[in-house]
Amino acid sequence: MPVAKSLKTIGRRVINAVWRIGYAARFFAMTLFYSGTSFRRFRLIVKEMFSSGVMSLIIILVAGMFVGMVLGLQGFETLKRYGSESALGSLVALSLVRELGPVLAALLFASRAGSAMTAEIGLMKATEQIAAMEMMAVNPIARVVAPRFWAGVISMPLLAALFSAMGVFGGYVVGVVVIGVDEGSFWSQMQASVDFQHDVLNGVLKSFVFGLAVTAIALFEGYDAPPTAEGVSGATTRTVVQSSLAILMLDFILTAFMFQGA
Amino acid sequence: MERTTLDLWVGAFVVAGLGALVVLALKVGNLSTYNVSESYELQAHFTNVGGLKPTASVRSSGVLVGRVTSIVLDTERYEAKVTMSIDKRYQFPKDTFANILTSGLLGEQYIGLLPGGDDVMLASGDEFKKTQSAVVLEDLIGKFFTTSADTK
Repeated sequence: MPVAKSLKTIGRRVINAVWRIGYAARFFAMTLFYSGTSFRRFRLIVKEMFSSGVMSLIIILVAGMFVGMVLGLQGFETLKRYGSESALGSLVALSLVRELGPVLAALLFASRAGSAMTAEIGLMKATEQIAAMEMMAVNPIARVVAPRFWAGVISMPLLAALFSAMGVFGGYVVGVVVIGVDEGSFWSQMQASVDFQHDVLNGVLKSFVFGLAVTAIALFEGYDAPPTAEGVSGATTRTVVQSSLAILMLDFILTAFMFQGA
Repeated sequence: MERTTLDLWVGAFVVAGLGALVVLALKVGNLSTYNVSESYELQAHFTNVGGLKPTASVRSSGVLVGRVTSIVLDTERYEAKVTMSIDKRYQFPKDTFANILTSGLLGEQYIGLLPGGDDVMLASGDEFKKTQSAVVLEDLIGKFFTTSADTK
């Protein structure tokens, strides 16, 4: 019976998916539970911040600069039609601080650092380093997972802030230095429209949530990867796809909460 | 535990990130324009505030002198009661006009103060007696149509 067979396949997939979600939730809870140990050994977090945060700096800064420059050019072209080129500053700053900064920095972070985390942990598992740690009574979650998790969570808002600041600078270079929008109105319109609490802090909050989501997904995928070459590569792909989707969906939800009406 | 070059890089990263936040707050955001100087409260009643919002600016001769702190409906008079905090450095005569104006044709609304000639100055908690409500574009268009219909 082909119908019964396909029903069975669907059922198995659903059960597997639910199983995985439960496992992921337990994994996340364990990570939080053992975070205390990794904070006591802060050096581990610093080391991971170097590989996920500092090493992502160049791509974040360059990308932020170019995004800001594109915003400056495109914004100017559109605003020129309405004779309101002076609003260029607020356009660039608002779109960067509210949306593009947190979202693009998180997407870059997911593909730059998240994939590396998954591959590293997946390979540790494939080469039985994780099993060896357990043999030596070292908790791999406390030693390997939790430091990476907190390093990602701490790095993400900093990277997003750098992205936004760099983007504003890029917009300034194109808008004011190259095109010649009035410098005073560029900055004053920006300051008049960007509210510290409503825009800047909400952007930081967004990037914090994205940091949680990206690192949690990346670490779980790595930890759950089948211990084969194919398994690790599949897990790395899944990390990038899932965390990118998670970022965009979370962004919609957060935006709906933060900027409703007001 | 000794210091390593790794610490230096991570430290530089954290400092740069926090620095970017400070830049966003001060240079991009409005944190630097928040009034840290002392202020006093004044009130005004308007029949219609239009699109005026809390944190809207209060200007006199175009100079920023304060901000709107709250807008509530006064149920005794059924008028909008607008509270604004004014910089202590600026004092206004008792017969000052408070008008709700719009910056540009479609810009945001603000309160414009037009000082009178009275010798007595407004003190904290006082009220502007002379106010002019926001110009609501729909009302204007409505009036235009009804008057043009009457003349026919």
